[in-house]
Amino acid sequence: MSQPTSSSSGLAEALRGWPPPVLDPQGPFSNTVTTLAWVLIALMTLIFVLVCAAMWVALYGNDSLRARLGGERVVRWFGLILPAGVLFVLLAWSMALVSGLTTVRGDELRMRIAGNIYWWRVSYLDAAGREWLADANELHIPVGQPVVIDMVSEDVIHSFWVPKLGGKMDMIPGRTNRLKLQADQPGVYGGQCAEFCGGAHSLMGFVVVAHDAASWQRWLAARQMSASTAGANPAPVADTEVARGRQLFGEVGCAACHRIAGTAAQGLSGPDLSFVGSRRSLGAGILPNNRGTLIGWIGDSQSIKPNNRMPAYRSLSGEELGALAAYMESLK
Amino acid sequence: MGTECDSIFARGMRSSLRVVVCAATCGLAACDGPPDRTPRLDEADLARGLRLVSEKGCVACHTFPDVAWPRGALGPSLVSFGGQGLIAGRLPNQPGVLMQFVRNAPAMAPGTSMPAMPMSDQEARDVTAYLLQLRSR
Repeated sequence: MSQPTSSSSGLAEALRGWPPPVLDPQGPFSNTVTTLAWVLIALMTLIFVLVCAAMWVALYGNDSLRARLGGERVVRWFGLILPAGVLFVLLAWSMALVSGLTTVRGDELRMRIAGNIYWWRVSYLDAAGREWLADANELHIPVGQPVVIDMVSEDVIHSFWVPKLGGKMDMIPGRTNRLKLQADQPGVYGGQCAEFCGGAHSLMGFVVVAHDAASWQRWLAARQMSASTAGANPAPVADTEVARGRQLFGEVGCAACHRIAGTAAQGLSGPDLSFVGSRRSLGAGILPNNRGTLIGWIGDSQSIKPNNRMPAYRSLSGEELGALAAYMESLK
Repeated sequence: MGTECDSIFARGMRSSLRVVVCAATCGLAACDGPPDRTPRLDEADLARGLRLVSEKGCVACHTFPDVAWPRGALGPSLVSFGGQGLIAGRLPNQPGVLMQFVRNAPAMAPGTSMPAMPMSDQEARDVTAYLLQLRSR
């Protein structure tokens, strides 16, 4: 049985801590966004102080100062020319800064993430832009290397946001947006849907796992091997509970919505479960992934994430839920 | 595992014995109201117990009064669990029993949906202490 992860979920990781994740950049692209935020905050503070000073003069200053403050020159300079200048400089500077977040060099790793109510479909793309690996709710990247992610939506507007690694990017139906992410340190980074998409919007989390070079090669090799053997007959399993779970997976109807590579289960409307046992979280970044939470999710996901598209399977017995969960845990 | 649990149980027994002896020597009546079933297990940390029910994922199936979300509904609500006589409708709700149950429910209540949850002695003690002080408020 796998140990629950220590940090309970990607969602908590995305929102918790001090400094707040949005001011705690862990890569060049989030760094850009944070720099812009600090400059804006500093400028705002300066303007606030100026306005307060002007107000003080207007209320308590002597007559000559008040006459100057009310004069046409002050209005012309501080009411028109200065704000227009500041806004123009800010616009030009922020556009230059932000354009770096989306320019594609061409040799980066490519991925595609599709927003769904309330989860994320993750595709790893080859150089030609074809999907070679499907997963959900978790993205694996190497450190120190930018990855380019195509952002699409399969229903409503979502927004993808991993505050420590990059800016926000909307996922708009019928449109492909691009976002670059990069992590400078290995680790697990939380993400969150940042555009209201329905009742359980706040429960739509995400996990990014950044690997160092050696661990990235191991991960890549394992996934490439499973991708190349997909389609072969499912290997017989020794564990009877897992075998029972696999049989139930077909009988109960899970395969209508979920895909498990290398088996008859090829449903595409729900998250891909080929590697669900190796995920850090369950239910799109919201729960630790272990036997207990798997049982809870399968048995009554509606109480955990109301109005998600998976029905509650309360008719399953404890033994059946356990077997399904054991099968899920075995998918790595 | 067996010996660990036994020793915790024994410790629990010893400390309740200490309470009884203490009460007797102080000349207090030992039958004032229901027995206090909050575990007097050394070093149990309620705050840690509360954190653990989220981190281990208990909240995926059970509702706790101090956890706003998730309020799992597959398993019974534990909102006033400390005032309950039985665990899973069949076992006495006592610290030693509960401490074993939270770690290995299938062994104690065959057929239950609740899986065994790997926990250290200290974690089980904290969770037990937290669960037993849940009363209807």
